[in-house]
Amino acid sequence: MRRFLTSTVAAAALALAFGLSSAARADDTIDPNAKNGGAITITYKDDVATLDPAIGYDWQNWSMIKSLFDGLMDYKPGTAELVPDLAESYDISPDGKTFTFKLRHGVKFHNGREMTADDVKYSLDRVTNPKTQSPGAGFFSSIKGYDDQAAGKTESLAGVTVVDPYTVKFELVRPDATFLHVMAINFSHVVPKEEVEKYGADFGKHPVGTGAYKLAEWTLGQRIVFEKNKDYWHKGLPHLDKITFEIGQEPIVALLRLQKGEIDVPGDGIPPAKFQEVMKDPEQKARVVEGGQLQTGYVTMNVTMKPFDNVKVRQAVNMAINKERVVQLINNRAVPANQPLPPSMPGYAKDYKGYPHDPAKAKELLAEAGYPDGFETQLYVMNTDPNPRIAQAIQQDLAAIGIKASIQALAQANVIAAGGDKNGAPMIWSGGMAWIADFPDPSNFYGPILGCAGAVPGGWNWSWYCNKDLDKKAAEADSITDPAKQEERYKMWSDIYLKIMDDAPWAPVFNEQRFTMKSARMGGADALYVDPVHIPINYDNVYVKDVQ
Amino acid sequence: MIAYLGRRLIQSALILLGVSVITFALLYLLPADPVRQIAGRSATPETVENIRRQLGLDQPFVVQYWRYLANLLHGDLGRSYIQRSEVTQLIVSRLPASLLLMAGSIACELLIGLTMGLVAAVKRGTATDNSLMLASFVGVSAPQFVVGLLLLYVFAVRLGWFPIGGYGTWRHLVLPALTMGVLGAGWYARMMRSSMIDVLRQDYVRTARAKGLARGVVLFRHALPNAILPIVAMVGIDIGIFMGGIVVVESVFGWPGIGQLAWQAIQRVDIPIIMGVTLVSAFAIVLGNLIADIVAPFIDPRIKLR
Repeated sequence: MRRFLTSTVAAAALALAFGLSSAARADDTIDPNAKNGGAITITYKDDVATLDPAIGYDWQNWSMIKSLFDGLMDYKPGTAELVPDLAESYDISPDGKTFTFKLRHGVKFHNGREMTADDVKYSLDRVTNPKTQSPGAGFFSSIKGYDDQAAGKTESLAGVTVVDPYTVKFELVRPDATFLHVMAINFSHVVPKEEVEKYGADFGKHPVGTGAYKLAEWTLGQRIVFEKNKDYWHKGLPHLDKITFEIGQEPIVALLRLQKGEIDVPGDGIPPAKFQEVMKDPEQKARVVEGGQLQTGYVTMNVTMKPFDNVKVRQAVNMAINKERVVQLINNRAVPANQPLPPSMPGYAKDYKGYPHDPAKAKELLAEAGYPDGFETQLYVMNTDPNPRIAQAIQQDLAAIGIKASIQALAQANVIAAGGDKNGAPMIWSGGMAWIADFPDPSNFYGPILGCAGAVPGGWNWSWYCNKDLDKKAAEADSITDPAKQEERYKMWSDIYLKIMDDAPWAPVFNEQRFTMKSARMGGADALYVDPVHIPINYDNVYVKDVQ
Repeated sequence: MIAYLGRRLIQSALILLGVSVITFALLYLLPADPVRQIAGRSATPETVENIRRQLGLDQPFVVQYWRYLANLLHGDLGRSYIQRSEVTQLIVSRLPASLLLMAGSIACELLIGLTMGLVAAVKRGTATDNSLMLASFVGVSAPQFVVGLLLLYVFAVRLGWFPIGGYGTWRHLVLPALTMGVLGAGWYARMMRSSMIDVLRQDYVRTARAKGLARGVVLFRHALPNAILPIVAMVGIDIGIFMGGIVVVESVFGWPGIGQLAWQAIQRVDIPIIMGVTLVSAFAIVLGNLIADIVAPFIDPRIKLR
């Protein structure tokens, strides 16, 4: 058994074992320059759907939920490094199938009651119960008893045991290297049973957690107000007294209000039409923070439909697309991609060159495949800017090698429906629906979008690519739970994605960058404004400079 | 009168039923699968099927519609797929904002439209008349999205007279009400002009003039009330145009009404909300028309209810 404590010594061991650069969350994440107090205003266009951690699954409520609730694990602010959160320490059994977490003492819910191991178990029983209708239930499929729970045969996960009020044990059916990440995603965040039962289906409008902020006001369609949780277990956080989320503001209106100093962060980002104007103005540009995100934009080719069943055709498409030009088209808000994984993801193959932009070679490949004069096909795309424009650029590139692709620009839901139908869409540009990782681990780009499990009607594997060999290799990689073998595991994943590139079911096009704009009074490290797990910003750690 | 009212009420109920069937059927026929919108990207096929069963979306159309109707008759519009809140609650919380915007825009369109029409009628055939009618033409044809952004840019961003979007004070109301009002004002200006010209030709106006009454007195005491009445009766019918406009205008100005709610729901295939807002709007339009028809004979005795 390996035990990792969050004491200095053990934290160093953890850092070594995981290849981390610094210690755990407990004391070192507080910015010594931070000021306490003050309030900020953030705008959003759309209503916040729900603040129930078992249900909320859009980028807007994701970060808000993280500030109201906590999980056993979390990430060091501004990074993708795992650290214990509500857990004080954890053990992993040598076979990688048992995880035991020791909980922090004295952590209180917003209603004043202490959080214990029973709450952890209750929260997981709840999220996996089909009645909860959680979109994240599948993340817990490695826990023993999940199948019975999913089938509605049980109301409690057999694999989660309360050992004592401060110890909870998880037994898995297979070793799962991603399990600590799963313990950090919102779906596993801890909720108090009495409040869930009190509000029933409306718990998402009356969230009660252990997080840095508590909900003070929710006026439907207008405003949500978070207030500092004075009893937050992580002393010294949060820095702000209050965050007001104003709902229903068009991004362009939000930008105007930011320029007038009325708001602090436009939650929906800089509107594309205004991007160049903002970046050309030195004063405004200084308040924009740029960072990577765990996202890849790609063109899928349905490998079960002719002529994309021929690997040479798929490789030809990869060589036909001028990615640099597509990136210019969106004002350089992205970097060209050559593989499924984004550059900031562990396992990204830095030395891999990918398919070059080479229309002549692409034409040769088409001829070898038996299509010297090209063919006609359809390219599906979501109908919001800039996606149709990107599709037109791709259309022109394809025309240059003789492929005549007609563009089908549809509402998001219709493109998703076409992708999930085996005979639906020959090609799809993923923009607006592209894969963004749920957690920073290479396995997260495989299963649903490139593995056999996703190549089912209604699935998200729109290229219908199913390679049983790679599925086996993926399972093998994910059974390596020994932190000392982490690099080996990443290498295995790297190889899996390069093998996928040989088969070319996708033409990766770009990795989008994130641009967060903030008011001049906002303080804190830039990393907090492009935090990989908190979008748009890390609410717990930012502060304002104009308070006494 | 009672028989007329009874007949109209039955007709109204049938119209609403028809609207509910057609909307429900259109949403049912959408190729988009609401369950996959709810389930998100990482959901396994079992999760998707489980959610479909829980929501009853695995049932045939007739069963689904019948269930919806049965709940509707109990005043239950169901729960939003995405927000998981009761649709009734979502609509009720946003209705006051839409009603306020409606009141504001009716005030705007009447004030601007009637004034323009009055001036144009009095100055009939002059350059003033021509330019006013041209302005009303532009008002009727300008897209509300453009008008809204233009007003926002000039009066909120450049001049800073009004807040840039939002809700709360009368100052927030002015620009969205004006945007909505410009369209209606164009119509009213044209109707007022022809109504006024018509009234000014009447014998009693000529008599009043012949009596030597001051021009202003003739205009405001004798002509105006008679010219305005048939126009005011049309406000009820305006509700239909209004319901179409709020989706755009509320989105531009961040006005927290049911138009904004509908727009978000359409983007996310949140069927219970789309159904709820459609029915509430249809109800408002039917009610507006009914009131307009009932009020008309009281204002203009030439109209009879049959």
